[in-house]
Amino acid sequence: MTAPHPEFEADCIRRILAGERQLFHDLIRPCERSIYFLLMSLLRNETEAEDAAQETAIKVYLNLKNFRGDSQFRTWVLSIARNEGLGRLRKAGTRREESLEAETDEQTGDYTPAILTSWREVPSEALEREELGTLLRKSIDGLPEIYRNVVLLRDIEEMDVRETAAVLGVSEGAVKVRLHRARALLQRDLAPKLEGFAPQKTAGKGLLGWFKR
Amino acid sequence: MRIDCRHVWEHISAYIDGEVDATLRAEIDRHLETCEICSAVLDSTRNVVVLVADERVFELPFGFSQRLHARLDRELELAESP
Repeated sequence: MTAPHPEFEADCIRRILAGERQLFHDLIRPCERSIYFLLMSLLRNETEAEDAAQETAIKVYLNLKNFRGDSQFRTWVLSIARNEGLGRLRKAGTRREESLEAETDEQTGDYTPAILTSWREVPSEALEREELGTLLRKSIDGLPEIYRNVVLLRDIEEMDVRETAAVLGVSEGAVKVRLHRARALLQRDLAPKLEGFAPQKTAGKGLLGWFKR
Repeated sequence: MRIDCRHVWEHISAYIDGEVDATLRAEIDRHLETCEICSAVLDSTRNVVVLVADERVFELPFGFSQRLHARLDRELELAESP
């Protein structure tokens, strides 16, 4: 993700408001990835998320004069994206308000990790294998919404705790608790499945050498 | 005081993010030296965090950006200045 540049943004906004409309493309470009994946996390449908992302960008443009600069530009943009997503869910009647709101941070779940006695690291190069990406996406997709959103913003879009809390409208403490639970759930789900993606042990190397001969 | 495994698990996420204070970090480190289960739990959790953060896991749909900016072009032409 592109790091925000407040001065560039402030200058852009000033000039767009003064009439240089085309600059809006440059202003919104660093945010498009985060907008899309936040909406994907909420709507869970590619076509819908893309349409909502376009609507979000247009709303950002139309409301640009209302941006006060008391939060980061991206935080403001993502709040608009989140509202767009929630609005669509409400309209479609798919958001179960009560049950979702009832998912409070006090709930006691079982967040025991997968117990292992050793771990062989799965290097990033293993992502060359399509199945690994699919496995990771599936696991994240299987998280309850309140955890999925936090993982997306914190671990995937690499935002800090403060910004994540501002976008989601929750406390920084809640972000930390949710992230902890989300990571525990991911570790529990993924650890047993990831084993096959770790490089072969040294013993395996000998075997590979044997095959090569 | 020696902390137990459950206590370590409770702080794993904060430990990975460098958000535990020095005293707790030292206690966890001491525990990790001798507990292979907690070491494996920590390593696997950290490994999962690194993997999901890789840009290849979540890629924008092909042509997403072009379509977005084409739509913006149409809107910017129609819309009044913000």
